[in-house]
Formats: sequence, C-alpha cells, structure tokens
Amino acid sequence: MLSEDIEIEEPETGTLPLDAWHRDKGARMVEFAGYWMPIQYEGIVAEHEWTRSNAGLFDVSHMGQLLLSGPDLDAAVEAVLPIDLSTLKLGQQRYSLLLDEDGGVLDDLMVSRWPECLYLVVNGATKWDDIGHLREYLPDEITLNHLDEQALLALQGPKAADALARHATGEYPLSALTFMKFGRFTIAGHEVTIARAGYTGEDGFEISLPGHATEEIADVLCREPEVKPIGLGARDSLRLEAGLPLYGHDLSPETSPIEAGLVFGINKRRRSPVEQGGGGYPGATRINREIVEGTLRKWVGLKVEGRMPAREGAEVFAGGEQVGVVTSGGFSPTLGAPIAMAYVASAHAATGTALEIEVRSKRLAATVVPTPFVPHRYYRGK
Amino acid sequence: MARYFTDEHEWIDVDGDTATVGITDYAQGQLGDIVFVELPSAGTSLSKGGDAAVVESVKAASDVYAPIDGEVTEGNAALEDDPALVNTAPEGDGWFFKMTIGDASQLDGLMDEAAYKSFCDSL
Repeated sequence: MLSEDIEIEEPETGTLPLDAWHRDKGARMVEFAGYWMPIQYEGIVAEHEWTRSNAGLFDVSHMGQLLLSGPDLDAAVEAVLPIDLSTLKLGQQRYSLLLDEDGGVLDDLMVSRWPECLYLVVNGATKWDDIGHLREYLPDEITLNHLDEQALLALQGPKAADALARHATGEYPLSALTFMKFGRFTIAGHEVTIARAGYTGEDGFEISLPGHATEEIADVLCREPEVKPIGLGARDSLRLEAGLPLYGHDLSPETSPIEAGLVFGINKRRRSPVEQGGGGYPGATRINREIVEGTLRKWVGLKVEGRMPAREGAEVFAGGEQVGVVTSGGFSPTLGAPIAMAYVASAHAATGTALEIEVRSKRLAATVVPTPFVPHRYYRGK
Repeated sequence: MARYFTDEHEWIDVDGDTATVGITDYAQGQLGDIVFVELPSAGTSLSKGGDAAVVESVKAASDVYAPIDGEVTEGNAALEDDPALVNTAPEGDGWFFKMTIGDASQLDGLMDEAAYKSFCDSL
C-alpha cells in the first residue's frame, strides 16, 4: 500500500457542555481549539459594547483546568514555572508562563493556591501539550489531574459583580474578592470556584463549575437584566483593546516574555542569580539576561491612522526599513479606530514613534502608543 | 433593470451598458459588522473573478471579486464615511462600485434572484 493511500483520520471536533445552549441562543458556531465554540450571537460590535457597559457571559470551557498535588509541590512547580510560590497565599491567583529551555513561551497560564494543591488554568489550544510538558518536567510523585468534567464561564463587565452577587453565596460576600483573588461559592445549589479575573480589561469573574450544572448556571446568570452571552469574536476585540497578549499570536516559542513586556510574570525572587536563590526554571539564563540587558525588539501598541485595519502578519516599517510585524490587529469598537499590537525593533519602540504598516501594498501611518488602548477597570478594593 | 448574483455573493445590477456591484445581504450577514471597505478607483480594469474590492469586518478582511469584465467608473464614496451601510443596506445604498460591461455574454453565467436564493439555502 502506498503511503498516499493511508487515510489520516481527522480528530473529531469536540462539543462542550453549553453547545446546545449556544445554538439555541442563535450563536454562530466555529471550530476553535478542537471544539465548537460560539463566535457571535447578535454581532461582535454590539456584544463588545454590551460587555464594556453591562456584563457579558463567555463560555471558556475549552480552556484546560489542571490540579497539581503531591509532596514538595511548590519546589517541583518552581522548577517548571518562574513563579514565587512562597508569596502565593491561599485564595490568591497569579499569572505565570510555561517556558521552553530557550526561554520561548509555550503557554501563559493562571496559578491559584487551593488547599493542599495548585490549580492551573491553561489555554485550550495548548492544554494537551501543556499536560505533556508538565508531566515530563514534574517528578512522578506529583499528581496531575485534568479537571475535564469542569466547565469554565467568565462574567465580565462593570455590572458583572452586581449580577453575580445575587446568586453567589459563600462564607463571605462576593465583594470580598478583589482582582486576582478567588473563593468557593455556591450558585443555584452547585459548588463553584470564582476568581475575580478575566481577559477583557473589565472587572469580572471566572467561574469554574461542574459540567453538568453549566446550562442551569448560564441560564440563571442570563436571566439577570445586565447579562448577555458573548462570543469569541468580541472576546478577541475586548482583549486587544485591553492590550493583553493572545497565545499563538502575540506569544509563541519564538517570543520571550521579556520582549512581550511580561516581566511581571517572572516573579522577583526568580530574577536573581541562582546562587541568590533565583533562576532554576527552563529558559532562566536567557530571561534573566534580557531583564538586565534589554531585548532587541519589544511588543508595542500601535494606533493606526484612517479606518483600514492592519492585521496579524502585516509588516511594520520605519522609512524603507522593515522594523517589525503585527501580531494582533483589528478595529477597536470603543475607540472607533484600528489598533494593533506588534513586535518592533527596540530603537523604534518608544511611545510617540511614527511608523508605517503595510497592508495590501499600501502604507498606513501608525504611532506607538501606550497600552492598554482602553483603560483596565479591575476591582482592586475600595 | 436586471439583477444577477454570483456564487461568491456579489450582486450586479445591469442598466444599459453600465452595472452597479455590491455584496448580498447573505454575505454581509456572514461577515458581521463592516468597519472598512477598500474600493477600486475609477479607471481600474477588472476581469471576471479577479479581485475588485476588500471588505473588512471587525474580525477579518475578505475579498470581493469582479462579477464580469469591465472598467470601474465610480466607487461609492458614502462607504468611506459609513462602511456600516453595507450591513444596513447591502443591496441598496451600500453598493460598492459602478463599472462598464466589457462582455455582456458573461452575464448569462450568473444566477437570477430565485437561483441565488436556492443556492444560499443549500449552504
């Protein structure tokens, strides 16, 4: 039999607990990260604006939820992630990075300290590779549970707290959670974990809940006047306005987190030399050098003149010289103008630098601007 | 005035020896919110099936093809200020450009309204 005759079976696209619910609500479904996901309901701009002024319910159940436990857990995890677990207390969540030996980004993720274990939320498209990587790097004594029976909903927007507080009951009120804190609550009789975090730049929550309870809880939340379901399309335009990187686009094994401005993801103690208790994670040599010496290129925000959007892959020029490439770009509904994120040579990365972006043989004028494009409104307490 | 449709979801209104081209209601519905339309300038030569315009939604850029051969006589200036006209009036005020008809026989290969409707229903 010739090799051409062998049929390679395409992996089947998975369905998530809310699949029928989304279709029932009129969502347009697309394949994303191996699952059918809602791209939009009534329209990206309307959903985007609704989230910025009310509250949007996002289904992010494609993301991976992992639980790590076992002896000397903190030391084992610190050998894989550049996180300082000595400063991560029970009830806290922190952004971290999965890095390869060269300091390239394999994924970005959230780490929370649960009682006796660490809970990780990783990207949907990378979760199987992440599990393989963690299994390879962690000692056998560390147990890795993939919580694939759990769903994940994000409720985002200035009215998210009001709407959720009517349903989330726990030992303390929902308002006790500030940005990057989490706790155990009950919604409609189901035990859930709620973290005050998200990916839109707005105040909001990520709710980990049992898969079988997802429809019931989504219904309970969407009955609130402030809440509408929102698709992946608006999730992307919201996160772009918030200046947040998207794995596979703005971050990849070809990029270092320092180039991406994610130095906060390398916790302070891990930045010092090994003899002073620092380093000790994959890629530490390069990353610690880049923290001191800087990088050749930087990830910057660009405001684009006119109305024509510049998208991923568009080349960035300073005069005749190509100095960078766009990694995320589109039209900002909030600003009514095109915006983009790009890696550009550090010499051209200062705020206010005039650059050009080439789109279909045309040069669009662009200016380096600070990010986020739209201010974050995280709730950090009164 | 006769209206024809392509399987790439353009419509073409034929009036004497000129034609008006736009994208269909079905197409704008698939694209979602339109934020920018790049139109060919007057004098541009178009060939059937070739690139004629680009329509940008919030999400992505999509090509619009020439339904027949001809030369662009006018772009719809209203789309510069209000690209959302493509969403609100795709088969009316949201037209893209006007063109000459280079080869009238090419119209024979296009769909009429009924054929286009059943084509969309089959998608």
